[in-house]
Amino acid sequence: MPEPLLRVQDLSVSFPNQNGLVRAVRGVNYEVHEGEFLGIVGESGSGKSVSSMAVMGLLPSSAQIEGSITYRGESLLHKSDRELSDLRGREISMIFQDPLSALTPVYTIGQQIEEALTLHNKNVSADALHKRAVELLKIVGIPGAERRVKAFPHEFSGGMRQRAMIAIAMANDPQLIIADEPTTALDVTIQAQILEVLQKAKEVTDAAVVLITHDLGVVAGNVDRVAVMYAGKLVEKGDVDEVFAQPRMPYTMGLLRSVPNMLTAGKDRLVPLEGRPPSPAALPKGCPFADRCPAAIDICHQEEPELLGFEDVPGRTAACHRAGEIAAGTLTSADIFPRPEYVPHAIEDSDALAPIVEAEGLVRHFPLMKGSVFRRQVGAVKAVDGVDFEIRPGQTLGLVGESGSGKSTTALEIMELVKPQAGRLVVDGTDVSTLTAKQRLAMRRDVQIVFQDPMAALDPRMPVGELIAEPLTVQGVPKAERHRKVRELLERVGLYASMADRYPHEFSGGQRQRIGIARALITEPKLLVLDEPVSALDVSVQAGVINLLEDLRDELGLSYLFVAHDLAIVREISDYIAVMYLGRIVEYGPVKDVFEHPKHPYTRALMSAVPVPDPATERSRQRILLQGDLPSPTETITGCNFASRCPLRPLLSDEQQSRCRTDDPAGVSHGASRVACHYADEISRLDNVDTSNLVTGAQ
Amino acid sequence: MSTNNPAPPADTAPDLPQDLEPTAPLSDEATDKKRERPISRSQLVWRRLKRKPNFWIGGVVIAGIALFAAFGGMINVYELNEQDIYNFNSPPSSQHWFGTDSIGVDLYVSLVHALRKSLLIGFLAAPLATLIAAFFGSLAGYLGGWVEMLMNWLVNLLLVLPVFYVLMIVSPMLASQSWLILVVAIGAFGWMIMAQIVKNQTKSLKDREYVKAARYMGVGTFTILHRHIIPNVASLLIVDAAIGVSGAVLSETALSFFGLGIQPPDISLGVLIAQGQNAAITRPWLFLFPAAFLVALLTAVNLVGDALRDAIDPTSEVNRA
Repeated sequence: MPEPLLRVQDLSVSFPNQNGLVRAVRGVNYEVHEGEFLGIVGESGSGKSVSSMAVMGLLPSSAQIEGSITYRGESLLHKSDRELSDLRGREISMIFQDPLSALTPVYTIGQQIEEALTLHNKNVSADALHKRAVELLKIVGIPGAERRVKAFPHEFSGGMRQRAMIAIAMANDPQLIIADEPTTALDVTIQAQILEVLQKAKEVTDAAVVLITHDLGVVAGNVDRVAVMYAGKLVEKGDVDEVFAQPRMPYTMGLLRSVPNMLTAGKDRLVPLEGRPPSPAALPKGCPFADRCPAAIDICHQEEPELLGFEDVPGRTAACHRAGEIAAGTLTSADIFPRPEYVPHAIEDSDALAPIVEAEGLVRHFPLMKGSVFRRQVGAVKAVDGVDFEIRPGQTLGLVGESGSGKSTTALEIMELVKPQAGRLVVDGTDVSTLTAKQRLAMRRDVQIVFQDPMAALDPRMPVGELIAEPLTVQGVPKAERHRKVRELLERVGLYASMADRYPHEFSGGQRQRIGIARALITEPKLLVLDEPVSALDVSVQAGVINLLEDLRDELGLSYLFVAHDLAIVREISDYIAVMYLGRIVEYGPVKDVFEHPKHPYTRALMSAVPVPDPATERSRQRILLQGDLPSPTETITGCNFASRCPLRPLLSDEQQSRCRTDDPAGVSHGASRVACHYADEISRLDNVDTSNLVTGAQ
Repeated sequence: MSTNNPAPPADTAPDLPQDLEPTAPLSDEATDKKRERPISRSQLVWRRLKRKPNFWIGGVVIAGIALFAAFGGMINVYELNEQDIYNFNSPPSSQHWFGTDSIGVDLYVSLVHALRKSLLIGFLAAPLATLIAAFFGSLAGYLGGWVEMLMNWLVNLLLVLPVFYVLMIVSPMLASQSWLILVVAIGAFGWMIMAQIVKNQTKSLKDREYVKAARYMGVGTFTILHRHIIPNVASLLIVDAAIGVSGAVLSETALSFFGLGIQPPDISLGVLIAQGQNAAITRPWLFLFPAAFLVALLTAVNLVGDALRDAIDPTSEVNRA
């Protein structure tokens, strides 16, 4: 075997702090060969980013680095910063997570690309530089590259900035590109574009790519080999197909079973992976995963397992004392992580009951003001622009869409319980515009909300018991009663009653979200608005919260409005789904119908963009890439507001196309669904079309 | 609804008491958990504060001056404004430790009383200003709209007014009143900048989800302010109050120096310094002792304020070690 491009051996990184050493990375070994696509997967705090920063030599000087990192046989750790600078960008380049902070706001995109070029090659004429910058922007699919090269970073959308970052990273034809969570901050349709661009950059430069991510789906569809990190160590490594098909380390197994798969979600329950990773400042003795591992035996708590190979599959390694049993097939995923059962439903015939929420033509526009003395309205952000839906008792409506689609605004509009700007909102049979202040306060008991960020949603200065009881203080419930209910609910959401006097920062993310759910449930509401309740949580924790929500709904007969951007989770938990685009619902119907037979081109594209944690399916799936970004919601669009990005429209006749430009489609029933598209019947035209050429954005 | 929500089955957590015995079993477990708990914020602040020499130096000096003001008079035989007709203009001696003035009043006694008054004014006026700032700032930030506009106008108006000049004009009217009026006047002109800071902080806190959550629960405005907003800007307010003390003492001193604050025969640091300034060259003790105390007090208060700010602010460079 030839010398690998990058070899990382026994890499350990520790950071000294007040209480001793924080061991972020503890003996990591991996190799990247030329042209290879390696994925490193791990949850936050697993040390995946730190290990790649060590390769780039970008760690702060306080970090203590041990082990060796060699690039083409040369040690990187012994190089001076100047020597490393010469290597960085020319040989090894990096793509960061947040493209806004990675670009300098005061220089144009073109200048920043040219800077990357001149750094390593001083003898290029200004003209050639400019040409190359435009060429690079074209490669990464930025429309109107000649014009855009003069734009500043703030004029670019998030997706375009990340493209520009990729352009800078590939400017000098590097041999190795390290991409650290390159798509985490982006929407799914943009994520699909960026991954496509990353693949293209890899082809164009012939570089090896190390993709660091927490998203198993992203890894599945792109990489050749995958390494799983946990608590600063690699715990499993191997060919991507093998690792996904037959994980040999319980952590990988748990991770794979806890992640919902959009194609199969809703049939089987998710398997929660309980607990949280140990703090790198206080690692337990033995295997760091032992405390969360249902298959842990005595030795797991005594000795940390080494990352060892297997005889049957070369190149495959796992760090588990019981890896032999797993490989032999005597210990399977189903043994270690059995699927929990569904709980019986409290409400059987939901469809026959009167809806708990009914929205008709709900509108929420935010005025855009100009002038400081005489303020006048110059336009409006049409956050919610005529939305109809209903939720029946015991059912869940999933509201999905990309950021800026107005899904959260819709949810908050319900929480306000005031007369909408236009349209009608009926909660529990009462039109909210007729409510008096007193009735509104009483109704707040029935409608509660769980927010996205469990840290931000809990006042850091109040003990958990008081936080949970807060809704009751408003309703004037006596103290002893509040106290009793807090204890009851803490146990109901899987915590302990004795935790009531602790503060939010003492809890993990998943536990905090449970506290948020307990607070929402304390008034015994009928409707729970869930605004992205799991998107801020680590993947392994999400399943536990989703299962809890499902159980609570079924046992208590709650109704949910579940706002999310993750289609897999929505499919898992919802009965009905509403797909939003620019303040409108473009497709609405029972989950099964919409997921199996999406009729709106946007729904199609959205679904094809969601990565599925299954390498074989992921590679064979048809991808419909959307061009461009979401138009600004301040724009006035005549006709269909999706027309500019629609993958179906180019396939239609000129006459049909012009109708999309002039006529605004209304929601029309197609079977059990309601679809806002003139040509929903023609959707099958998308079946066999290769739309990947659209990624270049050539218009 | 209640039919769907039965009490939790006893078997979910058999090891936990189900009955209403909130205190006994809870506290037991609470103490148990305490050892492994991560340190709380106030503990963290205290731990950082402990490491700062500024805090100890400032703290010791303030404590010393406060003790001196409180009990210094007990070890001296003279009374306030008692004249020793045998010792006019006496320099510091074993009889008059800090000397006497032209009519034989013992400076040591005067200084003890002056410090008492100045400290009282400083430690009352600064928190008063902070309270006003917290109230107006958070209210304007939270409500926005015309309330905010009104406060902006008021703040800008007060900021462009020459405060000292205004105080000079109103003080003759207040001269006959109690010195507490002076505290109110100093407080009323010292809250504006902090109010703006609190207002901006509140605006960002207002969009926090826990404030939204409280609003959707139907919690009233003033409850939200005192339960969720003020505690979260408390660290700012504490620092402001601490640093404000030196400002208030200085204002009082300056006003009294010009004969506008504390009126003789009542006495404060400013009055003493004003009386001593003519003698600064010929009888330096009359000027130097009060001035030295003023400088020491202000320096110490600022040292403690700085240390407090560094300890509370997690982004402060000093804490990154």
